[in-house]
Amino acid sequence: MTDTPATRAAQATPVGVARKIKGLSDRAIAWIFVGPTIFLLLAINIFPLIWTINLSFTNFRANRPNREVDYVGLRNYERILTDSDIWLNMQATAHFLFWTIFFQVLIGFTLAYLINKKFKGNDLWTTIIVLPMMLSPAVVGNFWKFLYQPQIGLFNYVVAFLSGKDPSSFEMLGSVQLAPWSIVIVDTWMWTPFVMLICLAGLRSIPDYIYEAAEVDRASKLRQFFTITIPMVLPFLMLAVLFRGIENFKMFDLVVQLTGGGPGSTTELTSINLKREAFEKWRTGYASAYAIILFVTVFGLASIYVKALNKVKER
Amino acid sequence: MSNFLNGLMRLRRGPWEMLATILIGLGVFMLMQPFVLWLYTYSFIVTLVGTVMFIIVSHFKE
Repeated sequence: MTDTPATRAAQATPVGVARKIKGLSDRAIAWIFVGPTIFLLLAINIFPLIWTINLSFTNFRANRPNREVDYVGLRNYERILTDSDIWLNMQATAHFLFWTIFFQVLIGFTLAYLINKKFKGNDLWTTIIVLPMMLSPAVVGNFWKFLYQPQIGLFNYVVAFLSGKDPSSFEMLGSVQLAPWSIVIVDTWMWTPFVMLICLAGLRSIPDYIYEAAEVDRASKLRQFFTITIPMVLPFLMLAVLFRGIENFKMFDLVVQLTGGGPGSTTELTSINLKREAFEKWRTGYASAYAIILFVTVFGLASIYVKALNKVKER
Repeated sequence: MSNFLNGLMRLRRGPWEMLATILIGLGVFMLMQPFVLWLYTYSFIVTLVGTVMFIIVSHFKE
């Protein structure tokens, strides 16, 4: 018998186990390998989901596990969907979601387009631009808190230098008007490199001969940009929008570090509100219904995006 | 339009997926719009119907 890794592995198998496996079909052996993964998936993802759906119809409180649990039907859903405070949280989330995706796509694509042009120090600039993405959201939240300080913050001084205002005349994190924009700025700063990297991958996947053929046909640079570059980068851009959309819909850590949901509840995104309901007020049943509403929304959006992505790929 | 209705009647995937997509989009808009509270109230049921419809119709024939 030749000495290969496969034969060595076969020889290493205990005789008892080898005898048992011998009688199994390929399909059964495949199930043995896949089984643990499926079991883990069911235990970690599917079971909690079903359990959460079940809890959403009850008045269960996790801090009083011995109390009798009553089924309340759709009352939790009814209360959430008629609560004007939660409606305001949804609007805060929509504001955050829309503007972060808008700026990240705009700046990310522009940076990728510039980085894609060959110039000296290209790789160094890519590394520098990508740095914010590699930091922990807790660290980013803390140091932007310092940057936003009205007395000593660098951000206020830069804005003051450009606008001629007094640096301590405005407070990014303490103002009802500015706080929603302060979290948009930080998230954009942190995650634009991610969109840039995806766009860069898209730009680098466009073969040069397409541009050469366009040059031969005397297509202008602007025409090449709109008829070659944008359509060929679009699937990548959509992927970036999908990733960032889903991530930002459940944004928690960065905003908690920066504003803690304040001032008032102007930056209280749905995930922060959900955490308060579940682990501060301990209304587990109510919070479960809230989580299911968010889950269905993200799931629906993800379905649309995957379909759109496949269509663009087919083109 | 007649092609779309015809596709719906013949249970074809394309038009039904389009309908489900419109419902999901409408539901998400209703959930996050700042104008009317009752739109927010009915947003979840619209999104849920759209999402369940999407899962079912994605198994229809092309």
